[in-house]
Amino acid sequence: MTDRAISDLGGLAGGPIDISEHQPTLSERRIDAMMMLLRKKPRAFWATDENRRTIESLEPKTYEESAYYERWVLAIRALLIEKGVLSETEIEAKLAEVCARPAGGANGDQPSGDRQ
Amino acid sequence: MTGPHTIGETVRVSAGLPPGHVRTPLFLRGRTGVGIRHFGDFPNPERLAYGLSGLPKLHLYQVLFRMDEAWADEAGKEGVEDGAYAPGDTVAADIYETWLEPL
Amino acid sequence: MSPHDHTDDHTHDHHHGDAAGHDHTTFQPDIKEPSEDWEFLEIALRELLIEKGVLSAREIQDEIEAWENKSPEGGARIVARAWTDDAYRQRLLADGNAAVGELGFTVEALKLVALENTETLHHMVVCTLCSCYPRPLLGVPPLWYKSREYRSRTVREPRAVLKEFGTELPVTTEVRVVDSTADCRYLVIPRRPEGTEGLSETALAALVSRDSMIGTAEAFSSDGKRNIL
Repeated sequence: MTDRAISDLGGLAGGPIDISEHQPTLSERRIDAMMMLLRKKPRAFWATDENRRTIESLEPKTYEESAYYERWVLAIRALLIEKGVLSETEIEAKLAEVCARPAGGANGDQPSGDRQ
Repeated sequence: MTGPHTIGETVRVSAGLPPGHVRTPLFLRGRTGVGIRHFGDFPNPERLAYGLSGLPKLHLYQVLFRMDEAWADEAGKEGVEDGAYAPGDTVAADIYETWLEPL
Repeated sequence: MSPHDHTDDHTHDHHHGDAAGHDHTTFQPDIKEPSEDWEFLEIALRELLIEKGVLSAREIQDEIEAWENKSPEGGARIVARAWTDDAYRQRLLADGNAAVGELGFTVEALKLVALENTETLHHMVVCTLCSCYPRPLLGVPPLWYKSREYRSRTVREPRAVLKEFGTELPVTTEVRVVDSTADCRYLVIPRRPEGTEGLSETALAALVSRDSMIGTAEAFSSDGKRNIL
């Protein structure tokens, strides 16, 4: 049904719920922290509702197949571009550079910024 | 001030299918329920979603629906019989005034 | 304690920030190498935001730690106070934000609503549209709360969902599914288990599980076991 937003799930059929506990990974925790910092004051680049709208605007296949924090990081990317904080060109360039790093060096575990 | 609706009032959720970001779930559209709480007024999230101010604020209500009303026309599904819910079970949702029609 | 005291067994994962060139092969096995596209995207965005001075690495780390410090123990303290102090319970039901504020919790910009479970009314909370959750009181939500299965099925077959959590309620109890669709966040006050009259507030708080404050379970019974009716 095309009238249903991809995020609007109430009443759909589904399988058993996996109730096992999950410790968030480092990537997931960093995405969570970035989202909170970008959304709240003093930066407040966007409202929570804009974040929701962006996630709902993902391709249905992407929404269906992506993990929770994968949707979040895709929303952060889209909103940073929409709000003019980062450009698509610089994100793509950086991503290419990150992906080209040798194994063991890609994690960015050593913050490259202000940490001494 | 409690806005256009009162606690205990029977209301119907608009059956509309507007495009864009919407905060009223599809499964409750066109359903009839009873307002059980008034939460005050909040900026309209369906405008905030597009970077707008969301003003004027909208009154927000918690509306209570009977399960058998919410799922009344689900063909081939008998919620009570299959243990999905009991006869007295309900679902409550937070719905903005723009989505509610008096009956 | 020293954060780099290696005499204890290595159960923490914060051994980084040393001089570049340090051999991490011994001490870093618990940091997973990114393998998914979106994990590389996280690195790219974070590094760009830091390079451009939008965020700092320190802030990101502080934010992670701040969220890790929020946990269901917060909500449990509130519930235990409501169980033992009837005036507090009434204030919590009347104005959730103000009442949790008395205990040092802040729920900004959102309306905090406490829902009291009774013998005849059992609340369980879901967000069918996204994954709204009272994070300041319960911490980061469990994966199942955000899952497609929980979000879709709970409003349609709440008793089947409850059963998967080991919770079965008599048909004389109204199960009320509360769909957190807007600006409210909900904290369920589970029923106080029987036989707990003599317990201290701290001992009571230990009986208040995270799931009992979402409403997929009841509080633990006085012997610490699942309270199945």
